[in-house]
Amino acid sequence: MRVARVRMRMRKPVGSEGRQERGGRAGAGAVVVVGAGPAGVAAAVCAADQGVRVVLVDSAVRAGGQFYRQPDARWGARRPQVLHHGWRTWQRLTARLDAHLADGQVTHLAERHVWFVERAGGDGFVVHALGGSGQDRPETVRGDAVLLATGAYEKVLPFPGWTLPGVVTAGGAQAMLKGGLVLPPGRTVVVAGTGPLLMPVAAGLAAAGARVGALIESAGPGRLAWGAAKVAGHPAKLAEGARYAAALVWRGVPVRTGHAVVAAHGSVRLEAVTVAALDAEGRVRAGTGRRIACDALAVGHGLLPHTGLAGALGCRIEETAYGGWGVAVDGEQRTDLPGVWAAGEASGVGGAELALAEGEIAGRSIAARLRGREPDRRGCAAAAGTRAGLRAFARVIDGVYGPPAQWAERVGDDTVVCRCEEVPASAVRSAVAGLGATDLRSVKLLTRAGMGWCQGRVCAPGVAGVAGCAWSPASRVLAQPVPLAVLAREEGAAP
Amino acid sequence: MRLRRTTPQGLVRARPGPGFEVTLDGRPVPALPGRTVAAVLWEAGVVAWRTTRDGGRPRGVFCGIGVCFDCLVTVNDRPNQRACLVTVSAGDAIRTQEGVGDAGGSGADADAEAGGE
Amino acid sequence: MVGAACAFYAARAGLRTVLVDRGPVAGGTTGAGEGNLLVSDKEPGPELELALLSLELWRRLVAEDPGLRTAVEYEAKGGLVVGSEYAGLAALEEFAARQRAGGVAAVGVDASELRSLEPNLDGGLAGGVLYPQDCQVMPALAAAHLVREARRAGAVLRTGEVVTAVRRAAGDGGRVLGVRTSRGDIHAPAVVNAAGTWGGEIAALAGAHLPVLPRRGFVLVTEPLPPRTVRHKVYSADYVADVASDSAALQTSAVVEGTAAGPVLIGASRERVGFDRTFSLPAVRRLAAQAVGLFPVLGRVGVVRGYLGFRPYLPDHLPAIGPDARVPGLHHACGHEGAGIGLATGTGHLVAQGLIGEVPELDLAAFRPDRFGAEESG
Repeated sequence: MRVARVRMRMRKPVGSEGRQERGGRAGAGAVVVVGAGPAGVAAAVCAADQGVRVVLVDSAVRAGGQFYRQPDARWGARRPQVLHHGWRTWQRLTARLDAHLADGQVTHLAERHVWFVERAGGDGFVVHALGGSGQDRPETVRGDAVLLATGAYEKVLPFPGWTLPGVVTAGGAQAMLKGGLVLPPGRTVVVAGTGPLLMPVAAGLAAAGARVGALIESAGPGRLAWGAAKVAGHPAKLAEGARYAAALVWRGVPVRTGHAVVAAHGSVRLEAVTVAALDAEGRVRAGTGRRIACDALAVGHGLLPHTGLAGALGCRIEETAYGGWGVAVDGEQRTDLPGVWAAGEASGVGGAELALAEGEIAGRSIAARLRGREPDRRGCAAAAGTRAGLRAFARVIDGVYGPPAQWAERVGDDTVVCRCEEVPASAVRSAVAGLGATDLRSVKLLTRAGMGWCQGRVCAPGVAGVAGCAWSPASRVLAQPVPLAVLAREEGAAP
Repeated sequence: MRLRRTTPQGLVRARPGPGFEVTLDGRPVPALPGRTVAAVLWEAGVVAWRTTRDGGRPRGVFCGIGVCFDCLVTVNDRPNQRACLVTVSAGDAIRTQEGVGDAGGSGADADAEAGGE
Repeated sequence: MVGAACAFYAARAGLRTVLVDRGPVAGGTTGAGEGNLLVSDKEPGPELELALLSLELWRRLVAEDPGLRTAVEYEAKGGLVVGSEYAGLAALEEFAARQRAGGVAAVGVDASELRSLEPNLDGGLAGGVLYPQDCQVMPALAAAHLVREARRAGAVLRTGEVVTAVRRAAGDGGRVLGVRTSRGDIHAPAVVNAAGTWGGEIAALAGAHLPVLPRRGFVLVTEPLPPRTVRHKVYSADYVADVASDSAALQTSAVVEGTAAGPVLIGASRERVGFDRTFSLPAVRRLAAQAVGLFPVLGRVGVVRGYLGFRPYLPDHLPAIGPDARVPGLHHACGHEGAGIGLATGTGHLVAQGLIGEVPELDLAAFRPDRFGAEESG
């Protein structure tokens, strides 16, 4: 097994053991940016502009994250922009990235899966990653600072039939389309759940040739109208929404608000879904159930931040002021751990534009702080203004969308809630009622829900809902599975 | 209207390079460079390639971005690979996977060898 | 776990029992354990006697109720301690001989027999000792189901309730009147301190010194593997030395075992670092290296999870069990270090005997809670 090690230190600090502040260093230092989505790339480019050496570590082949995911470069797509919003912004950013890759200021380590970030005494960080097609080739990258721009993944709450092949996350369907230029097998796709992601997913699938049988949004027309009024100050956002809505009308996609998919049907794969209207409390209106034949269901109930690496480092994770959870950051996107920054969805879900602004602020802050200086307020002012506006917008979005309050009631006892360990809702309910479980951890210990391959990343919100207890991001020491031999043989932090 | 036959590749005007073959349980399946195992299988109309440990239920892509581990598959004798992350190469032998996918290798062999306890 | 067992045996003895926990059932060290019911790592002496009693009580519990056996994933799988010629095989055999004299079943195993017992073991090992009495349970389930049985026998479970004071009489030798909790007073003539790693705090509330301290441990969990990849609890002969060690420094000797659910657990680093919850890569690396050393086949197996817990230990590595002579009505059942799951049944049984005024089945002298004197000398 080959252990590669990438050293990106400008110079070896002398006698800096235990020193928190790195003031007085001649070199600007090096930062490891984990995640090459909008936040990570924006930060990398801004930090590199100011002389910081940057190692950009990312799991994908190409930079872009989930939002700007692209097919393999060899495919020579001449119109990639048709699957993307804000493509020109990304093109400008990647042009700057390419320039820094060419001049050596930024190194892009693609197809590397980071499993742990280690504090190396008082002297920077060691980022542990796995490369290779089997993700078994260990690599470590050292840096004076770390930016966690690890993005988000989709929350899906359980419902009968959600484990059938053909049921995918809305973001997953979009990722397969953007990255693999492929549609779910079959003819008809239903897009369902709640959140601002559903419209672009439905519009993208329809544009790419899928027959989108329906878009089912559980937020009711009242909520949506309230939200539209609240975001009147964001005309660009309203126009974006209107464009997707128009595209859906143009493609003949029926849109049902105030509705939910209450069951998926099929024996070995998805054959149909039942859609029903919801009342103001989020309960199914009796007699409104209607079956729609389909081959795929793209479903999502919002996004969850990847906070695993931050949590394992010991960074504080908190509820953000604009909805959901994230790594706690200050105005410069610094976490409560010196030397660690977080930006983008990892520090609170708010979309790609917010991620770009936060990335820029983080990159500037890192460049200044590694030199022991205060960041230039004027330089950050535009991005900070954008960030404030987009966080206010995210707060409205969070108020509009959200799973129907009574969703857990619809989860039948025999519905699997933990996909990995195949734990039915009944087991969760009896752990609470009969075995003294009162929180997510004790439910997990007593039922195995959340103990499987995904370590509860997928099922935890659903299990918490069924158990009637609170959800918060769990602390996990490993961000992804690591072969025992890699753990055993890695030499680690010793310089 | 040409809309009816739009494909993702057509939409973005992609010109993928020459394709190659991989196999799924020995059957040849066409593949394009840069695609993941999951994308190749979807393109071939395959929606499930794993069965679960307890219930033996079929599974395929769910999250599509490497988080959920539902799409586990055996690639070139390596079990438990996430199909949505692994990029295919010409000649890859992809195998559907049952239960634990023989992780750890020699569980079954070991039983045979020991002849019981 | 220990509290669950105390409540279970107390309720079965006919006592009105209230089980109070500030968290959920199995929320402390129990939920971070491996579920070892071991005699193999115990030297002859009081702890071994307690372990043998506890194993027998575990055996009776699951024999009486086959449903319980399944529910707690009880497996009489046996322990296998292995050594290389360099790593103390001779010392291991000598240790086993002394254990046999103390009532332990310990069967010497040569290199070829090792392979038939554990086909995936590294071929280079010289031999080992098989301990057929060693068993395993899933600790959180074991605690939860004992609590459930206790409730069936009349005990009341109160979770999410913090004990804020131990109430004592002004006169009458300051005897215990009950506890004050975040939800009010509970009146009782006897209070059992089964707070594990936090047992020193409860003792202090009652005005008694009990120096329970945390010893951190990491456990690694692999992806699910085919059944019987690892058949026994397997560990190297160094483990026994580590368990008995007084050193604060990191010690690791991997205990490798399969589970009913499929994953293999690799346990047992030992560090005295207070309640530091930071993930320690060096500790985990050593565990991993030793596990791969024992079972090379595990090298390409993925570790999906690691967790840590804090074992409650007392300076002489023996638990505190029984009435506290300094505070009438206060009983202790804590400080079992890494053996609380295994020793829980015996502890609960002995504590219940003390509560109803019976002569305990074992001499509790070695476990006397007041043996550490006042705080200054502790």
